[in-house]
Amino acid sequence: MRRGRESPPARTRSSRAVREAALGYLLVLPALAVFGVFVFYPFAANFRLALYQTPPYPGLPSRYVGLHQVGQVLASSGFLQSLGSTLLFVVMVVPAGLLIGLLLAVAAHRRLRAMAVYRVIFSSTVVTSVAVSALVFGTLMDPVVGLLPWLGLNPSPPILQNTTWALPAIAVMSVWQFLGLSFIVMSAGLSAVPEEVLEAARVDGASERTVFWRVTVPLLSPTIFFGLVVATIYAFQTFGQVDILIGYSSAAFEHVNLLVYDILDTIEVAKTSGQAAVLSLALFCLTLGVTLLQLRLVERRVHYAA
Amino acid sequence: MRPDSSSSFGERGSGRRPEHPGRRPGRRPGRRRWRLAARYTLLTIGALVVLAPLYLTVVSSLLPPSALAERPPPLFPLDPQWHDYAVAWSQGDLGVYLRNSAIQTAIIVCGQLVTSVLAGYAFAFLRFPFKRALFVVFLATLMIPFEVTLVTNTQTISELGWYNTFAGLTVPFLATGVGTFLLRQAFLQIPRDLQEAATLDGYGRLRFLLRIALPLARPALAALGVFSFLAAWNQYLWPLVVTGSGNGVRTVQIGLKLLQGTEVSRTDVALAGTVIAVLPLLVLLVVFQKQLVRSLTAGAVK
Repeated sequence: MRRGRESPPARTRSSRAVREAALGYLLVLPALAVFGVFVFYPFAANFRLALYQTPPYPGLPSRYVGLHQVGQVLASSGFLQSLGSTLLFVVMVVPAGLLIGLLLAVAAHRRLRAMAVYRVIFSSTVVTSVAVSALVFGTLMDPVVGLLPWLGLNPSPPILQNTTWALPAIAVMSVWQFLGLSFIVMSAGLSAVPEEVLEAARVDGASERTVFWRVTVPLLSPTIFFGLVVATIYAFQTFGQVDILIGYSSAAFEHVNLLVYDILDTIEVAKTSGQAAVLSLALFCLTLGVTLLQLRLVERRVHYAA
Repeated sequence: MRPDSSSSFGERGSGRRPEHPGRRPGRRPGRRRWRLAARYTLLTIGALVVLAPLYLTVVSSLLPPSALAERPPPLFPLDPQWHDYAVAWSQGDLGVYLRNSAIQTAIIVCGQLVTSVLAGYAFAFLRFPFKRALFVVFLATLMIPFEVTLVTNTQTISELGWYNTFAGLTVPFLATGVGTFLLRQAFLQIPRDLQEAATLDGYGRLRFLLRIALPLARPALAALGVFSFLAAWNQYLWPLVVTGSGNGVRTVQIGLKLLQGTEVSRTDVALAGTVIAVLPLLVLLVVFQKQLVRSLTAGAVK
């Protein structure tokens, strides 16, 4: 905190500074300890673990194999299948989730009667957990009590056991669950678009459509890119849907083995922490890549409001 | 983060032009009415699609088992059966799971608020060597997804003997980079004059924090609290890993998986459990919508 006007003698000032610094470290310490033990240490440990082959039986010593294991895992058909499914899943979820969210946000972005009710409804899926969403959609897609057969969609084998349709089914559920966040983010972005700019374009004779595509969307681009990163990371980290709706027992399992599920599978079932560490680092690189790409694109292309 | 924004979503022209912002001179009123109708149609279709899954779940959970397979599905439970809720509560151990979730969520929310306030205060008001570097370290935690740390964290929990304990469930989440950032920003907005005046009045650091800084940072505290609540209550992966065996500390989200897994024949019971699990959060959404939106969009708008 600021000191009083008259400066105290140098001695007390320095001891004061020492005390202030000590207090500072003391206050930062609790959070730092949690981060150290549960974020940075386990993150760094991946790099070491990745170089060791751990036998699937506890108690046996692990063996140093160097980068050999990294290459082996990354080239394995299991990883490639998992990566392929994950990327396909991203393609299914991200554009749909963002576009529908934007559409609803634009529609609800007027001061009109009952709009508050629509907004609560559109944001509502942000509070539905992955377990809740999975159970809800699991029931809707159930071959017996579900609604799909009645709607004329009755693939055989049932949709969640179906090698073709299981992943799209999970994607539909995920788009629904992501919609709330997408709507909230897009609405916040829209309300930050300055009305004067839109008005100026209208005065210049631009049609509503031109105003939307040529003014609103460019001004919204930071929001859209932010949404893109959030959605992609959401899709990369998908786990609960697969765990609840698919699981090992499903015939479609190999086609819906998303990366995080694969990591947990490797930890808990295969019990080979070295391979799990390689997979974890792959997930980290994907996440980091998306974030850095967004930063670059935002720097270069995105239009900011004045 | 816009701590001063008063409206949760903000509206086009809010406050300035309360009436039909789309109105422009020279437009035929008929066409405007048509556009308005189109907008409401779109909104209503969207709302129905978004609501349908949850609504059908609520209805199905209240139907007698015999009506579950009726087609078209009944859209209103004429004869609501609350029996399934009782079954889910007692046989499905849902009562225990809800209590566990409440305890877990309370610990995480309180822990995150305390560690974020302390660290945020240090970063905003105190001078100490390597302050900037440490702040970067805090922000760096945002770059590391929890899933990436899973391998070693499970080992750590096992070595600490924290499986099936609230410690194992909560301690890894007792600090947050976002929370520290939010509170630091809120504290930095407190005018210097106010700090100087407080010092002249003989306020110590603690009194300044409790009487001035925290009350002024209330919006940030609320946003962080609501966000932590949402994230903690809905956690799935970590509770699944840590509460692998035994009901001791199992949370409601994992309970839902078990409801679905073990009582396949009782879809109605699983649905009742689902409704019970989502209800606290729907209340949270309606009551704290503003705070929730603020915390979720913290990074979206510059």
